[in-house]
Amino acid sequence: MAEPMQVPIQYNEAVVRKFVIASVFWAVVAFLVGVYIAAELAWPEANLGFSFINFGRLRPVHTSGAIFAFGGSILIGSSLYIVQRTCRARLFGGEALADFLFWGYQFFIVMAALSYVMGYSQGQEYAEPEWHIDLWLTIVWVIYAIIFVGTLLKREEPHIYVANWFLLAFILTIAVLHLVNNAAVPISMYSAKSYAVYAGVQSALIQWWYGHNAVGFFLTAGFLGMMYYFIPKQADRPIYSYRLSVVHFWSLVFMYIWAGPHHLHYTSLPDWTQTLGMVFSLMLWMPSWGGMINGLMTLSGAWDKLRTNPALRFSVTAVGFYGMSTFEGPVLSIRDVNALAHYTDWVVGHVHSGTLGWNAFISFGAIYYLVPALWKRSGLYSNRLVAWHYWISTLGIVLYISSMWVAGIMQGLMWRAYDAFGFLQYSFAESVNAVHPYYVIRWMGGVMFFVGALIMVYNLVMTVRSPSTNLSGSDAGQFGAAGAVVAGE
Amino acid sequence: MPTKIEKDVISGRDTTGHEWDGLKELNTPLPKWWLYTLIVICIWGVGYAIVRPSVPGLFSYYHGTSGFSTRAQVTADVAAIAAGRAGSMDKIKATPIEKIGQDPQLQAVAMTAGRITFANNCQPCHGAGGGGRPGYPTLASDSWIWGGKLAEIQQTITYGIRSGHPDARVNQMPRFGADGILKPAEIDAAADFVLSLRAGTKPGPNVAAGAKVFAENCVACHGEKGEGNREVGGPNLHSAVHLYGDSKEAVVAQISNPRQGVMPNWNTRLDAATIKSVAFYVHSLGGGQ
Repeated sequence: MAEPMQVPIQYNEAVVRKFVIASVFWAVVAFLVGVYIAAELAWPEANLGFSFINFGRLRPVHTSGAIFAFGGSILIGSSLYIVQRTCRARLFGGEALADFLFWGYQFFIVMAALSYVMGYSQGQEYAEPEWHIDLWLTIVWVIYAIIFVGTLLKREEPHIYVANWFLLAFILTIAVLHLVNNAAVPISMYSAKSYAVYAGVQSALIQWWYGHNAVGFFLTAGFLGMMYYFIPKQADRPIYSYRLSVVHFWSLVFMYIWAGPHHLHYTSLPDWTQTLGMVFSLMLWMPSWGGMINGLMTLSGAWDKLRTNPALRFSVTAVGFYGMSTFEGPVLSIRDVNALAHYTDWVVGHVHSGTLGWNAFISFGAIYYLVPALWKRSGLYSNRLVAWHYWISTLGIVLYISSMWVAGIMQGLMWRAYDAFGFLQYSFAESVNAVHPYYVIRWMGGVMFFVGALIMVYNLVMTVRSPSTNLSGSDAGQFGAAGAVVAGE
Repeated sequence: MPTKIEKDVISGRDTTGHEWDGLKELNTPLPKWWLYTLIVICIWGVGYAIVRPSVPGLFSYYHGTSGFSTRAQVTADVAAIAAGRAGSMDKIKATPIEKIGQDPQLQAVAMTAGRITFANNCQPCHGAGGGGRPGYPTLASDSWIWGGKLAEIQQTITYGIRSGHPDARVNQMPRFGADGILKPAEIDAAADFVLSLRAGTKPGPNVAAGAKVFAENCVACHGEKGEGNREVGGPNLHSAVHLYGDSKEAVVAQISNPRQGVMPNWNTRLDAATIKSVAFYVHSLGGGQ
């Protein structure tokens, strides 16, 4: 190691700050809408007779809001933070390109949400935006890829850090998924309505190839990239196993892409496709758990930090929920389990143990790390409030997923029950009636999760504003001075 | 940055020698249980793919050694359910609907089949227990439009109302206002008269004039006193529940430009014995005659 040359790299942190703010804003919006539509399911009168706030239109606002607006903003924002620091390079393309990415992505979110409440939808889950919004997102995403890959190419580090492998897989695969699944023909140049170029079961298969890999590459690979940076940072420990990260990365990206057909068990999808979907989903179990092992085992020697750093608690609990969801997923993909669970609220519970427990918690952990770092504060305003946020949200998730387990398994059993004469024992309406109490419990869980997010917002605002978190004089705080690092080691 | 392998004190493992923004990696081998589980599942996956249909071809696909097929499975499941019901349902099919109630065993089957079929097919419009909703007649009172005897109900369910089936029950109330048959004042008066037929309503100002309009235009279908005519499906206007609403505005609207509801013919969806069971169940809801 030669004497270090004191050449500070001025990272572009302004765009990361914008993405963090947007992410927190959209989190509140998405959770609020989620709470509202949960209320509509429990008490249909909550529709209030307005078409633009009925369940069918607000549901995609909630899902897109949670996944693409909240999750996407923190994912893109933290990826720009991670790629700069682990490459020791400023963002490729300069501030203008980064700002275009930020505003272009936010414009996409607003356009999509407005189109949903106005009644426009492609009717494909997680791919609801119509063709003109899809085209805009394509442009924005290409810019994102250029910034990210450009930064990787001009890196000062000889190797590419594991977080960046996952982030690159996320960016490239989402581009492919988006382009293929959204192939559609508008009914005219001036109409927002379009029709998919695929028909029938082909359309369904492509949709679920897309849908499951949105889970696999957006919500899994992308957020694993986040995990691979923030957990070792917060724990101040080396990653448990480099070799595991290599093997689980390649097995994950290879196997995930085939798992989509498990969404179409017992449909007109050919049997051979259903078999492959199920087999790949089960083989995916260990590759998914590789990330959990690497996340949790990285804490060995640093578990005591969970007591003093509640933000790390979010990140670690997230990995726990990740492990649980990625076990539950393969189980649900088994045909005979799926026969019971398909079309029930069990699936809704499964999705939320993943999105609330894994994606939101790992994001909260990252946000609690990033805000003091980005705004040059000495630390968070209140760790006690982080702990409150943690416990309220965790309890909310437990209420949510356990009520949905009970509701879903009950629905599945009621739908398949026959009486002594050989007739269905319960009507569909009776199964709707039976789950009402669990819908109320689910709504309460959602309310708690939302309240937790409000506590976070208050804590973050105070972190930025309160004099108590000022950096004192030459004190560089835990994050180093002014985002600069020493280059040329 | 040159590679610089270090020993991690806590785990005793070497690092890989790389460092990014202070982050390092240990060179820990793959956990054995993890690797073996992955391998075992992959071997199982190959085995499962040999047993089950799994590989596409150009014109067909590999069917698997088990000969499994979802279509065959569902066909067998449906056949097994149908076989379990066959004895009792064949008996219901062969028994005239009026005689079903005389056999307690048959009656129990018809009520069970009728209840669940009604709940999954009829309840969305007619409401739980046949309580009815605006535009969808109640089935739990004796104010039948097309008849409340077992055979009449059975016919209505089988062929529907204005369903397009040649044997459907069909009628058409004239558009007295929209087609200029009556003047607005006459329609208004007729509405007053119609509303006066219901017990406990305060008569409107033009009942007498309305009675004249009614006698000249409405009696053919609704009867001289508004008691209805089931032969032609003219509703009883004394009923406590009017199909399309019992406010003055609703009655005026119905006379001016009538709504003509449609009920599907269920014989394309339900078999004859099931329809018979539904008719038997509907008859039992409180209005059967």
